[in-house]
Amino acid sequence: MTLFSHYSYWITIFLAIAGVYIVIARSNLVKKLIGLSIFQTSVYLMYIAPGKLIGGTAPIVSPDFQVYSNPLPHVLILTAIVVGVATLALGLALVVRIKDAYGSIEEDEILARDRDT
Amino acid sequence: MRTGASRKTKSWRGTGIPDRPVSRVITTQLPILLVVVPLIAAPLMVLVRHGASAWVLAVAVSWTALAVAGGLFVQIADGSLLSYWIGSWPPPWGIEYRVDIVSAFLAVLVSLIAAVVIVYSRESVRSEVPQDRHYLFYTMYALCLAGLLGITVTGDAFNLFVFLEISSLASYVLIALGRDRRGLMAAYQYLIMGTIGATCYVIGVALLYLETGTLNLADMAQRLPAVSGERPVLAALAFITVGISLKLALFPLHLWLPNAYAYAPSVVTAFLAATATKVSVYVLLRYYFTVFGGSAVFERLPMTEILLALSLAAMFVASVIAIFQNNLKRLFAYSSVAQIGYITLGVSFDTMTGLTAGIVHLFNHALTKGALFLLLGGIALRLGEVRLDAIGGIGRALPLTSFGIVIGGLSLIGVPATVGFVSKWYLVLAALERGEWWIAFAVVGSSMLAVAYVWRFVEAAYFREPVGPVRNLKEPPASMLVPAWLLVLACVYFGIDTSLTLGGAGAAAHDLLQVQK
Repeated sequence: MTLFSHYSYWITIFLAIAGVYIVIARSNLVKKLIGLSIFQTSVYLMYIAPGKLIGGTAPIVSPDFQVYSNPLPHVLILTAIVVGVATLALGLALVVRIKDAYGSIEEDEILARDRDT
Repeated sequence: MRTGASRKTKSWRGTGIPDRPVSRVITTQLPILLVVVPLIAAPLMVLVRHGASAWVLAVAVSWTALAVAGGLFVQIADGSLLSYWIGSWPPPWGIEYRVDIVSAFLAVLVSLIAAVVIVYSRESVRSEVPQDRHYLFYTMYALCLAGLLGITVTGDAFNLFVFLEISSLASYVLIALGRDRRGLMAAYQYLIMGTIGATCYVIGVALLYLETGTLNLADMAQRLPAVSGERPVLAALAFITVGISLKLALFPLHLWLPNAYAYAPSVVTAFLAATATKVSVYVLLRYYFTVFGGSAVFERLPMTEILLALSLAAMFVASVIAIFQNNLKRLFAYSSVAQIGYITLGVSFDTMTGLTAGIVHLFNHALTKGALFLLLGGIALRLGEVRLDAIGGIGRALPLTSFGIVIGGLSLIGVPATVGFVSKWYLVLAALERGEWWIAFAVVGSSMLAVAYVWRFVEAAYFREPVGPVRNLKEPPASMLVPAWLLVLACVYFGIDTSLTLGGAGAAAHDLLQVQK
């Protein structure tokens, strides 16, 4: 059953599509950012899952172990998480200022207000 | 050599036949200085918390970056390749910075624009950014510069992503720093689209990493032809194309650009229009030619046809939209989308002449749009707005500024003795070389549309009586006029003496195509 043995990929694809769908379908600016974060999170999984080998250990050289997991994806994703947190923080900060300036965080209301002026 | 094909290797491992001297300069720290100098200056500016001091630091940083980039360009001008190993870890295990003619060309362009724009920024920022945020403005400027320069020199796929995000996050902040509240929404929309683009890029890199087991771009290029799975490589190509196209505002993924350019502070518009999209084009070139160039994926996907169709669509649709804009910054923003179409058109030809035209237009358009947006910033400083119906008769009140915009406009159209002519001449040559007459006509035809939108400025500035506040305007201060006019004069100079730009672009195109053929 390769369909199920690759279940981590299915989760990745589901998260990615769900995330992008939220970004497109929601008008609330905070919900859009949540969708964006879910999309980014799916990529974390995409990197980390293939790095894990069943029965593999941490890459410490020892005659007792033959199979090692790849540590590089973890390091990469540590960086990607930092980038993701920074993006989310900046996005939320922008939403706070948008709320101050427009009194709303619904995209259609904000665009309507700009059209009126 | 892994591939067994006749492709020459540029390997640092010395396997295969080296086709040019590889100078391993570990003692020379230039490649890393290019990134480290602005990256360290940024937190210092936050610590001093003082606008004027931060500006002095930013000027020093930008000029240092220009000197470093110039030094790099001189070092690799003989066709050699600089390889810098971060922490002395040999590639492909460590991160490698790799400077060849293409990256040096871009590094010089970015740092040159940064050095000119930062001098200009003092007065403009004072009027368009609230006082207590000035030091933050220069901090973000330095960070953005560090990210953009980092992209040009890095030879590592994931490191490139990190720099892409450093420059992008800084540019979101820069766009939101103005007084116009619409800038906030423009920055938010750019953040959403930019992050989707960057995430698509990382997905592409993940697929390439899973297939090749390496993140070093040069190593990846060598291993790609030998990988077994074709579909993941195709998917990687698709994801990277979409991700980077979002960043470079390839039609129809340009939706973030007009608002971001229109509502950002003038300095930011000029800086981003001249550098950010150009660096993204560089990333696309790097992947298409250096990484994927040697593998057979291009025969599997009609990439040239897709790129050609989108470029033509950009040239016409965006130009037509530009004609109907009232806000001049928005007008020239749509014009930018059209001009990016010319660049990608040159790339899509996949020939020596076409690629030269694309790269030279990348440089020429950076000069032209940099000049135009800087001059518009001068109008914004004096008048407070840049709407066409508010600037009637400005040609008499601000003769120098208006004349500069006219010259920039002529360059957008492609009138001889401006840089725009050089690019379009080569685009037409490349089209004729392929025997495709209709593309040559399309290039000329879309230039006619440029005549229409440039004429709208000329009509407003010179054929209307000055009314209201326009009558009493004075030229912007010399600290703004001189940098803007430097770029205007560069537009004319490089339109007449093309040896440096065409020579650089030609060498870069030769370098990129070498891998492929």
